[in-house]
Amino acid sequence: MEKKDIIQSFKDSLFTGLIALALFGPIVGLKTVSKGEGLFITPQWGVVFLLVGLCILGRFLININSARRTEFKIFSTLSSKFSSITEDKAKHFAITGILFAVAFPFLPFTDRYFMDVAIMILTYIMLGWGLNIVVGLAGLLDLGYVAFYAVGAYSYALIATTFGWSFWICLPLAGLFAAFFGILLGFPVLRLRGDYLAIVTLGFGEIIRIILINWYEVTNGPDGITGIPRPSFFGLPFKRSPDEGETSFHLFFNLEYSTMHRIIFLYYLILVLALITNYFTLKIRKLPVGRAWEALREDEIACKSLGVNPTNTKLTAFAIGAMFGGFAGSFFATRQAFISPESFTFIESAIIVAIVVLGGMGSQTGVVLASIFLIGITEMFRDLEQYRMIAFGGAMVLIMVFKPKGILANRKPTILMHEDKK
Amino acid sequence: MLKISNVETFYGKIQALRGVDLDVNDGEIVSLIGSNGAGKSTLLMTISGVNKAKRGNIVFNGENIENKDPHKIVDMGICQVPEGRRIFSRLTVEENLRLGAHANEKGKHFENDIKEVYDLFPVLSNRKTQRGGTLSGGEQQMLAIGRALMSKPKVLLLDEPSLGIAPKLVNQIFVSIKNINKEKNVTIFLVEQNAKKALELADRAYVLVNGKVTIKGPGQELLKNKDIQAAYLEGGAKN
Repeated sequence: MEKKDIIQSFKDSLFTGLIALALFGPIVGLKTVSKGEGLFITPQWGVVFLLVGLCILGRFLININSARRTEFKIFSTLSSKFSSITEDKAKHFAITGILFAVAFPFLPFTDRYFMDVAIMILTYIMLGWGLNIVVGLAGLLDLGYVAFYAVGAYSYALIATTFGWSFWICLPLAGLFAAFFGILLGFPVLRLRGDYLAIVTLGFGEIIRIILINWYEVTNGPDGITGIPRPSFFGLPFKRSPDEGETSFHLFFNLEYSTMHRIIFLYYLILVLALITNYFTLKIRKLPVGRAWEALREDEIACKSLGVNPTNTKLTAFAIGAMFGGFAGSFFATRQAFISPESFTFIESAIIVAIVVLGGMGSQTGVVLASIFLIGITEMFRDLEQYRMIAFGGAMVLIMVFKPKGILANRKPTILMHEDKK
Repeated sequence: MLKISNVETFYGKIQALRGVDLDVNDGEIVSLIGSNGAGKSTLLMTISGVNKAKRGNIVFNGENIENKDPHKIVDMGICQVPEGRRIFSRLTVEENLRLGAHANEKGKHFENDIKEVYDLFPVLSNRKTQRGGTLSGGEQQMLAIGRALMSKPKVLLLDEPSLGIAPKLVNQIFVSIKNINKEKNVTIFLVEQNAKKALELADRAYVLVNGKVTIKGPGQELLKNKDIQAAYLEGGAKN
């Protein structure tokens, strides 16, 4: 490498250091400590300089590495590891993944904590797959997807607590409500694309949340809805001592009572719901409407000139994406037994969009990898409390450095006709 | 078959078409030539219903279509190959063709229709699993034409099929256009800047200047027209 390059990358690293200083200075450097009467600022310059130093060093290493590929083995091997994840291997990955997911609750190391994390990851996978229909296939950037999650959760909660209907009746109803809201959002944004669409959908997400907070008579406002019925195993509740005339799950199957039964059931429930979402998406991509979504993402004018009706195409994408969001919402409500508007803030939408984008727009397996990566990493760093968002950000930066188009950037064709005959 | 009378189209306050009159008869090849910004593409988009005419009528087989939605117009049998090809670049060649069949009873005769397109453009059949964006300019143009043919149009609107394509392929594409017209009985309305080629091919032709038709007549006649030679054909002044 030439001297000029080194000086150049050194300058660049120092500039990075300046940005890091500006960011970490106030955030990390000035710590507020409450002592008796009020808050006092305790400076922590040592930590700041450590972090800034790390940023400078990291930037310098990346610079040198990009100038001379062979110098740092770690980067290039990591890079090639990442790029070796392709759609061809994705199929094997999918089959092993599903088998692993089915066996997961019975693996020796699986405990309650692992199950909870797995359920959370699966919920995000389902949301990611649902949003993938809107963002990945139809190319409509929706930053308010959490609204449909919320509509699904609240519809389920309200129907279940008011009428006392079972999960399996409420679930499709909640999905229908969410789909209806999807169409409701779809109409005003039909003419919008790109940035403008993103802003309006963002607003829509906030509107739904604010309605949930303020419509006290129906939604119980910020207090949320409590006592949402837990799901039953096709009529058999998961209770230690069932009510008069009822048989509970453990009695029916002659098992010793354990709270894990319910957790395992919830796990399989979300696994099945997520797999249905995936199966549906894979199938619909091969139908005219699914193909029209992808065409619309590529070129709207060409679509019009070929006789694709953009209005219907966009509305179906919004409705179907929203429906799966609603299903996931119902699941969330029955799992938590309590929901409040706080669970449906913008950060949820942002995480789901991040999963879809980082996974590689439109890639189903990519969504799975991104969910495991992002949600898993934030969970792993749970002990670090507020710093775990740094891990979240770091994970995103890593993916963008090594796979700028997402983990699985290559779109799989929907038809490979005549190919086998030759 | 297609009769356009006194059509005016605006982009906001800017008037692009100032009362265009022209008609296309069944089985003809009609060319429309004109310089940049004359309103050629606007006219095609107005026929397709993507841009709406503010005044005037467009009648297709006795039915007014100036207020119809684009997909309805395609269903009636008018399909456009838009300027710049507009291939769905991340979709494969075959997926692109399937999208063309969208209007044609949702792809019922797909197998048969796609074979006809592959017969017309054999190069596409070698590339059917390739992404549209990886084709050369000429191949993309063939794909765009093939895609439009999948909707089984009665009238094919072509917007500058020679744009950005190697001269050798331009000849091939013009031969294909003639074949589509003669063998498949598809009426062709061709918009071109390559005036010589367009006039040679055309049964009749129109010249569009500043949103108005200024000259019309049989293609061969317009080729000999002194004004046209001076304005649109190379070396016209010497003759």
